[in-house]
Amino acid sequence: MLRIDIEACIGCGICESTCTFGAIKVEGGQAVVGDTCTLCGSCVDVCEVGALSIDREEKAIKGNLSDWSGVWVYAECRHGRIAPVALELLGAGRKLAEKRGVSLSAVLLGSKLEGMAEDLVAYGADKVFVVDDPALASFTDDAYGNALSALAKKHKPEIILAGATAIGRSFIPRVATTLATGLTADCTDLSIRDEDGALLQTRPAFGGNIMATIVCPHTRPQISTVRPLVMKPLARDAGRKGEIVVVNLDTAMLKPRVKVLDSVVEDLDRVNLSEADIVVAGGRGLENEKGFAMIRELADVLGGAVAASRAAVDSGWIPYPHQVGQTGKTVAPKIYIACGISGAIQHLVGMQSADTIIAINRDADAPIFDVATYGIVGDVFEIVPKLIEKFKERKSS
Amino acid sequence: MKIIVCVKQVPDAKDVRLDPKTNTLAREGVQSIMNPYDRHALEEAVRLKEKHGGTVTVLSMGPPQAEEMLREAVSCGADEAVLVSDRAFAGADTWATTYTLAMAIKKIDDFDLILCGKQAIDGDTAQVGPGLAERLDIPFVAYVRKINDCTANTIRAERLMDDGYDLLEIPLPALFTVVKEINEPRIPSLKGKMKAKKIDITKLTAVDIEADPEQLGLKGSTTQVVKVFSPELKGARAMLGGTATEQVAQLYEKMSPLL
Repeated sequence: MLRIDIEACIGCGICESTCTFGAIKVEGGQAVVGDTCTLCGSCVDVCEVGALSIDREEKAIKGNLSDWSGVWVYAECRHGRIAPVALELLGAGRKLAEKRGVSLSAVLLGSKLEGMAEDLVAYGADKVFVVDDPALASFTDDAYGNALSALAKKHKPEIILAGATAIGRSFIPRVATTLATGLTADCTDLSIRDEDGALLQTRPAFGGNIMATIVCPHTRPQISTVRPLVMKPLARDAGRKGEIVVVNLDTAMLKPRVKVLDSVVEDLDRVNLSEADIVVAGGRGLENEKGFAMIRELADVLGGAVAASRAAVDSGWIPYPHQVGQTGKTVAPKIYIACGISGAIQHLVGMQSADTIIAINRDADAPIFDVATYGIVGDVFEIVPKLIEKFKERKSS
Repeated sequence: MKIIVCVKQVPDAKDVRLDPKTNTLAREGVQSIMNPYDRHALEEAVRLKEKHGGTVTVLSMGPPQAEEMLREAVSCGADEAVLVSDRAFAGADTWATTYTLAMAIKKIDDFDLILCGKQAIDGDTAQVGPGLAERLDIPFVAYVRKINDCTANTIRAERLMDDGYDLLEIPLPALFTVVKEINEPRIPSLKGKMKAKKIDITKLTAVDIEADPEQLGLKGSTTQVVKVFSPELKGARAMLGGTATEQVAQLYEKMSPLL
């Protein structure tokens, strides 16, 4: 409960203007809290007269948190390939493990995994748990969830990281529920709190309009899914030494209730969007489907991929796999060219880690310019064709 | 077929803007809407009912105002509406939310399929669907983009993946979360609107669902928000001036070494 000391409250309204959830209002000279309060504590921090407090009844911690030790990375593998995010997480996990003075392990689940565990060691794992079983050939929530939960129950890691991919976001919540512990989705920053070694998990919420830092205070492990392309992998070092532990799990545990009849890889440019060095993106300013023909042409000339803002996708100008942002893909190309995109926060969270961002927009006040390396205030229908011309000339010369 | 659809009332995130002066969300005039993904879940449930018979019950955990959204769901084809509402739920994270929804569903008891949107646009966690399935111990499938076949005991459906899709066969009862591609939601019919006006919404409190108070709201949450702040935007903001031709020439110079 958020408590308001009505004796102390002077009705200044600072809390009202601070609350991102619109949950606190000054009525009749006094702060009043409403139903939308999430107990985030922002108002408590800003109240100058100390009239606000949050009752956090200290919850009994079950078991000893220090029994849990070590950082784990779930190394996602699909269609015979380790997901790039797994290597990024080993990079992030390495730092966390060193700060905590513990080891970093990877968990590899799948079938026919020869050689992959060695790769995970080369990218930073001290230990790799491998469950190589035909029952894990296709992804099912049941089998993958049971396998990871069983390993975690036995070895008690303090932290588990997984990619915020279709697979990670599907089965990791199940693992957290089975282990009766907290999970923070879609993190963009991870660090260790100095006082108590707790994992500080930062993630965008409200379509990226706010960032929230979250802890998991009473239970272990602390589990996070992490956005792809946010963390940096370590350089591959084939000389690194690590232990590979092959685990055989009870077959009953790996029997899924859901049957995978087929697993189809669709060769849309959705696959290379996340991996493209150059991304040309269009938004509402393109006005219609035809606007995207121009974006495609620029992308072709530059050898890049085509992306879009949610506004363009919602308008039906381009299909969802091209969407970049909070509810779409995250990209981190060398060059991102935003054409006619205003830059709603929910779009920015998906592309702001690009090395160079170029924004072309009619509106000089568009928020996209706040993340832009180079900005052009102008008409996309004038600028983009000229740019296409320029690069065509360069190509032919 | 008895279907439960879980729906959440959320602020219309498209309208949520950051006030550059105070760095807080300008929420004035921000509408509360049905979470857009849940709308697709509801539509799919209504289509399944129309094809195979049965009932659709919409279930929401939220403040009393969520009643309005539930009436809208009825106007779009739901038969029953249940609102689980209690001050004790305040501050619930996804763990406490799945507990509450699971207890409410145990009250409703009879179902073949539960549908949810893939995530809510305010929290974007995508955790309630899978967590709820685990609590109810039923099969779970995320990102359903198409339901191909449906019998009394099984459903065949397509699950959208990062690199394509999986074709799955799922025994019932089960829980799916759906993506937007699955359908185009209908607008309320006149008949639906009439029904929505009259319908008696079942209201359940923490006591009604026989919940353990220790598991609810902030107290029952496994995660805690310790800080909320505005995202940092760190562009160099080098603006290229001049005529369009000059702007393009400058940009070309800047880009060429990067290619």
